[in-house]
Amino acid sequence: MSWVTKTLSSSLGRKLIMAVTGLSLVAFLLVHCGINACIFLNDGGETFNEAAEFMAKNFFIRAAEIGLFAGLILHIVDGLMLWSANKKKRPVQYAVVSKENSTWYSRSMGLLGTLLLLFLVMHLKHFWVVSRFTDVITGGQKTLFQEMQEVFASPIPVIVYVVGCISLAYHLLHGVQSAFQSIGWNHPKYTPFVKAFGSWFAIIIPVVFAAMPIAMHLGLIK
Amino acid sequence: MNLTLKVWRQKNTNTEGNFENYDVQGISEDMSFLEMFDVLNERLINDGKEPIAFDHDCREGICGMCSMYINGSPHGPNRGVTTCQLHMRSFKSGDTITVEPWRAAAFPVIKDLTVNRSSFDRIISAGGFVSVNTGNAQDANALPIAKEKADEAFAAAACIGCGACVAACKNASAMLFTSAKISQLALLPQGQAEREMRAEKMVAQMDIEGFGACTNTGACEAECPKGISLENIARMNREYFGAVLSSKEHE
Repeated sequence: MSWVTKTLSSSLGRKLIMAVTGLSLVAFLLVHCGINACIFLNDGGETFNEAAEFMAKNFFIRAAEIGLFAGLILHIVDGLMLWSANKKKRPVQYAVVSKENSTWYSRSMGLLGTLLLLFLVMHLKHFWVVSRFTDVITGGQKTLFQEMQEVFASPIPVIVYVVGCISLAYHLLHGVQSAFQSIGWNHPKYTPFVKAFGSWFAIIIPVVFAAMPIAMHLGLIK
Repeated sequence: MNLTLKVWRQKNTNTEGNFENYDVQGISEDMSFLEMFDVLNERLINDGKEPIAFDHDCREGICGMCSMYINGSPHGPNRGVTTCQLHMRSFKSGDTITVEPWRAAAFPVIKDLTVNRSSFDRIISAGGFVSVNTGNAQDANALPIAKEKADEAFAAAACIGCGACVAACKNASAMLFTSAKISQLALLPQGQAEREMRAEKMVAQMDIEGFGACTNTGACEAECPKGISLENIARMNREYFGAVLSSKEHE
């Protein structure tokens, strides 16, 4: 085994993979949220459609999209491998377990991640597949903004999206600051900032995302 | 105080265990948790029954032997104490107390509440040492060490290797223990000679022993009787990745 594979397959290396891929997904969320928030300008989706078209047609963005999917798949596969390996480290379970020593969401990252994945399948089907693999948007039949309005007209997707955003919030609440710890970034000067950043990020981004389907469903954005 | 104890009994490593209930009467609230077990064991011996095996040695919170998982927490409900420092006044008369051994693949049960923690010894012997030349001890002031570094190293060295971190962790991870042992030496000039090799070998041994990975839940830090900080795990990550990137040993 080369030193690279040996390092990345160690317990510390696997956590490093989780942290690096996780932080790259955090960067993606920021861009995604920023662009989608253009709908709140309430200009009939004009600015949003322009931004969406740029993202769909720019060569560098499309290239980065491949990297994003690779990172996402690595995050999922590595997470599942860690989960199944960790489960075997305690063959006999405790009869009584006190839950006061840690938060429930820090212990449930796998469950929250699975909920996110289920949401993501639906989400990609709604918008990514339609805009990248059909000519509904590119052919000019309707804009991505109109597609959003159609999807969020019925209440079921709105509920699913809000539940997805709640899972995202708790996943980020532990994940962001945990990623910094895994790459070894823990310092009295910077850790309070990292933790505050992680918490605010985990609240603001999902709230802005969740506001989109709700506002569209209620007809606040036209 | 009168209590009901639900205690894990297991004959040896290869047999399956089960819980047994014991009623204990007339326990003083000033007794330590281990003294309460002494009272119960004396009764069991007088009745011609097998006493409950449990680990203990110094009974003053520094040896790290007493390893009981009490009502869902390593060393019981109080923070920053070992089982011998847990007193019966922390419970109420009439309580039912569940007592289990540390549960981890890397800590097999020897008997009842005693577990084999020699996996920790093997992590230490993989790299948790310093090379010292023979001869007279040198003057203490010949090695300048910053006060802050000395304090940090001392705080890491406070680890007594009890295994509460492993017992508390949902992944039965030994990261807090291993990181404390790496940190106490990495922070001091005496530890520099083996610094790279130490991080690589101790982490490798930790994985071989079958401990889990870290989810950064912080349960270990919360349950540690010696207050070992999660900062040590971050330092271990830096030491390990720094070592693998810069060391010249490779296959």
